[in-house]
Amino acid sequence: MPGNGLPKRAAAVAIPALAFAGLAWLLGAEREWEIVTILVGFLAVLVVLDRTQPGRAVAAACRAERSVANATAVIATLVVLWTFREEHFALLMVATVALSATACVGLNIQMAFGGIANFAAAAFFTLGAYTAAVLTGHTALPHLLVLAAGGAVTSVLGLVLLLPVLRTRGHYVALVTIAFGLLLRNLLEVNDTFGGPQGMKIPAFAPFGFDFGTITSIAGIEVSFYLPYALAAAALFGMAFLAARCLELSWIGIAIDAVRTDPIAASTFGLSPARWKATAFLIGNAMIGVAGALYGMMNGFVNPNGAGFGESLTLISIVVLGGLGNLWGTVAASAVVLALPEKLQPIQEYRLLIFAAVVIAILRFRPGGLLPRPLRVLGSRDGVEA
Amino acid sequence: MDIGFLAQHLFNGLMLGVIYAMIALGFSLFFGVLDVIKFSHGDVVTLGAFAALGAIAFVGSVVPLPGLALVLGLLAAIAASMAAGMVIGGTLVLPLRNAPPVNVLLITLMAGTILREAIRLGVPNGGNPKPFPALLPDRRIEIGSFSVGIDSVTILLAGLAVVVATHHLVTRTRLGLAIRAVAQDPEVACLSGIDFRRTVLGTFALGSALAAVAGCMLGLYYREINFSMGLVLGVIGFAAAVVGGLGSLLGPILGGFLFAGVQTLVTITVPSASAYKDVAAFAVVIALIGLFPTGLISERASERV
Repeated sequence: MPGNGLPKRAAAVAIPALAFAGLAWLLGAEREWEIVTILVGFLAVLVVLDRTQPGRAVAAACRAERSVANATAVIATLVVLWTFREEHFALLMVATVALSATACVGLNIQMAFGGIANFAAAAFFTLGAYTAAVLTGHTALPHLLVLAAGGAVTSVLGLVLLLPVLRTRGHYVALVTIAFGLLLRNLLEVNDTFGGPQGMKIPAFAPFGFDFGTITSIAGIEVSFYLPYALAAAALFGMAFLAARCLELSWIGIAIDAVRTDPIAASTFGLSPARWKATAFLIGNAMIGVAGALYGMMNGFVNPNGAGFGESLTLISIVVLGGLGNLWGTVAASAVVLALPEKLQPIQEYRLLIFAAVVIAILRFRPGGLLPRPLRVLGSRDGVEA
Repeated sequence: MDIGFLAQHLFNGLMLGVIYAMIALGFSLFFGVLDVIKFSHGDVVTLGAFAALGAIAFVGSVVPLPGLALVLGLLAAIAASMAAGMVIGGTLVLPLRNAPPVNVLLITLMAGTILREAIRLGVPNGGNPKPFPALLPDRRIEIGSFSVGIDSVTILLAGLAVVVATHHLVTRTRLGLAIRAVAQDPEVACLSGIDFRRTVLGTFALGSALAAVAGCMLGLYYREINFSMGLVLGVIGFAAAVVGGLGSLLGPILGGFLFAGVQTLVTITVPSASAYKDVAAFAVVIALIGLFPTGLISERASERV
């Protein structure tokens, strides 16, 4: 339908804008009925997009006009951040959601693309933060390099841990990651070198000499010191998103998908399953580690509690809820999973129970997740439409 | 270090080993019939222990007979765990039989989380460790410097009896024959008139009953149970099953004793580092899986390519 360009673009602007408006409302909402309304509205939009003819057309339009939709999302993020520029808590939550979403993009690359179940995501995330704590405390390394080091340490350790196991089937990797998560938390708790149960302090993030901890105004306008963190977190997520998208559309992504779906067929075409799975794991872990390092710097401290099994399960819940392999779904799920219990205090205590039940329901009845992974479109769009 | 001290630790290791072996047997049974890993198994152990605790408290408040309380507690544990295992197996594992293995892993892990959280939130003050009543006679047998409680001897002997009974059940009964047939080839088993669903559910019931007994034994041994103990037990049980060789019956028993041996060895050789006991156990899990991903005793049949 070549004459449909304008309405398509309008849809690609409207859907992200609507999603971010919902997010902004959630961040500002105080009363419980508002939050429940937002959640119900979110689910209703999902059902409409998935089950009705116009809804599916709109969703397809968003996918076709990907660049328009992504640009809208970037602008909407900036608008939301500027609206909440003085609200510490809202900005902290945006930054947390963005960093968790970054980690979940990494987890997506591991689980959805590579088919490797990583049940120690939170442990690797915390490892990134501990790396940042050690490096900023003992060396004068520039902070951007500290972030990179967080990713490097996390991915190398993960690789050393898993390389022997990647030659066999999935169960064993899962067991190794679970055991590693428990081991790391236990070790950090009993070992005093890294502060024991109290953890370590981390200085504020200061790239190029801009100390994020002391920023109180930008161009004369008063802002919360969480605003630069939220911006940095959003930028980091943007980079992770772009990287994952490029990866998915490149031959590396196709190779990784091939060894997941059929390792034997893939290896007859000369693709080594162990090698490509290791690649997916390495890239994913690097993202988790970098996100963890920035998260630690933002919080100013890190302790072993963050490495718990429950936290890893929460990250996995986000990935499954959003739809394995669907990156925008991951963002939406991060916002719902992380912000909702904070806003809706009565469910805080029951959140693991609720997430577990929801994940079971999804795996049982809709294994693709709420927003399933769309088919990759290679080649020109006109070619596909013709 | 005298002989008595060593014998004491050896004995403790044996007892722990038999408990781990019972948990690992469950993993091996489930893997045998369905080729799946049921990660909620550790939490089924916890459920059994808590069900026993509840039943014992109830019986204790009606009639003060420790023997009766113990028997009824054990029965309650077995009933609760069997029910949980069959429900998880029937509603979550069986329908996902043809789904990717990661999904089965995740769904059972989440089922385990539900059990764990339900115990934490549902049991009064469930977030804290709960004392488990000492129902076995607490006299001790002393031979020289070696002294051992009658309760420990009872647990060890009962555990061995349960393991031997399971072995007999799998090798000598009709249910066992059906389990082995389904494990070998589900389609041919169905052709020869074996009810697939019933056999699988029976296997889940059997494995979960073993888990319940293991849970009660852990409670009687440590005199304390905890809502989150299932996670670590699940990892150790699974690791023991994998290291011993998934799908075999002897393997998990071997693996269970191996793990208990490692833990006991760390406690004996580095007493100052007993805090690192679990760290060492998990490090051994990772190292062994890395070195022998298909187990020390690998499956006899080679995998279909």
